[in-house]
Amino acid sequence: MPNDSSDKPASSSTSQNSAAYRGVSPTIEMRGVSYQLPNGHSLLRDLDLTVNPSETLVLLGRSGAGKSTALKLINRMLELSHGEILVEGKSIKDWNPIALRRHIGYVIQDIGLFPHYTVEKNISLVPQLEGWTPDRIRARVEELMKLVGLDAAKFSKRFPHELSGGQRQRVGIARALAADPPILLMDEPFGALDPLTRGELQREFQSLEHLIRKTIVVVTHHVGEALLLGDRIGVIEAGALVGMYSPKEFLAATEPVAAAYVANLRMYQQAEEGL
Amino acid sequence: MTFLQFFARHSREILQGTLEHVWLVAIAMLLAVLVGVPLGIIVAKRPWLSKPILGGANIAETIPSLALFGFLLPVPWLGARSDRLAIAALALYALLPIIRNTAAGITGVDSSVREAARGMGMTERQTLLQVELPLSFSTILAGVRIATVLTIGIATIAAAVGAGGLGEFIFRGLAMVNNQLILAGAIPAALLALGADFLLSLLERRLRPVRA
Repeated sequence: MPNDSSDKPASSSTSQNSAAYRGVSPTIEMRGVSYQLPNGHSLLRDLDLTVNPSETLVLLGRSGAGKSTALKLINRMLELSHGEILVEGKSIKDWNPIALRRHIGYVIQDIGLFPHYTVEKNISLVPQLEGWTPDRIRARVEELMKLVGLDAAKFSKRFPHELSGGQRQRVGIARALAADPPILLMDEPFGALDPLTRGELQREFQSLEHLIRKTIVVVTHHVGEALLLGDRIGVIEAGALVGMYSPKEFLAATEPVAAAYVANLRMYQQAEEGL
Repeated sequence: MTFLQFFARHSREILQGTLEHVWLVAIAMLLAVLVGVPLGIIVAKRPWLSKPILGGANIAETIPSLALFGFLLPVPWLGARSDRLAIAALALYALLPIIRNTAAGITGVDSSVREAARGMGMTERQTLLQVELPLSFSTILAGVRIATVLTIGIATIAAAVGAGGLGEFIFRGLAMVNNQLILAGAIPAALLALGADFLLSLLERRLRPVRA
């Protein structure tokens, strides 16, 4: 960036600018980002990270570590206290918040489907707000339902309460993709699902993601999910980024929090081997 | 003369009184909804305005109805005609349940639904009109129902300022110590209240949003 006169030193000591990405201008860039509650309590401190085009970055951390906060700052669900976030090279302060959010798909753990709308209407809402023609919307809804593995003939007229948790989350993902946003933010997208459904959706999502080369940030506290979905894994602890790894590097990490996650993963493997 | 005979003989006047009563209540409710729903939205959306609005509506509610009619008498345009006066007073009484239920309906919308709407890039207005209001419709209607039943009762007092309605019979009956005359006002008023309650609760049930 030519006008990078940031007064904060680059505090990143990790592999976040790995060679593979060097020279590519990032889709999302956070520079010295902090967030404080109105009462002064600090939830995020001096966060620097980049998300490159078509990459999936996973933010891993405990509940309350600040990873969801980081995600919400990107689409201005929360307003950052200090620092700067660039989306496609433009500061989010210069984006119209509505335009910014329509440019970014958003999936949350509780999904938030509109209970008074059918599946079809839930998915078509953003295209409708964007003024698409009815024909184009209909075709898009059908395409998306197929993509997320829902039979349109069977499900398009159903209401959210007539769906299982997994089906609802599929609709949630379809809705986030509706207007074909180049960026996707996912906050514990599979968190409310039972382990089997969760696994199914994770596997499907992995192949789906291939299909739709989007820039994705996923927040999770599930280390398996991080390894499965992430091109890179950022570990957040107590409001700070403590490491940035490729999945392979992550497994060999010596930094205590990352190492604790790996040890946790190994614990289950050992339990299995012990049987 | 039995009560039924009395009723049959005076059926025209009773019908007339009932229609006047319905008219008073209907206009008052229309006004109360037109004012109360927007105020309820403001209470839900602008917390710093919620205290003054709810406080004001609360005060109106605590003034004894006869006194409220009296207070409004000197107000220039309102005091000039007794039906205007009665309608204004009734609308004031109906306001509180409508404001409160509108606010409760909107703040009761699931926070994840609200977050999703905002995250999808819906404006505050779009969220209100397409998500929050449709989802709080049955709660708002419950407020309208409570207010309607309340207003049908209070409207009998409107006869004290000469606005007509079923209260005419009640006041006349009290003055003449004639129970049949009192009942000729009280029974239709009670039936009106029950009928309104029944019809509005049917509508409310039909509009109740499905919860996930």
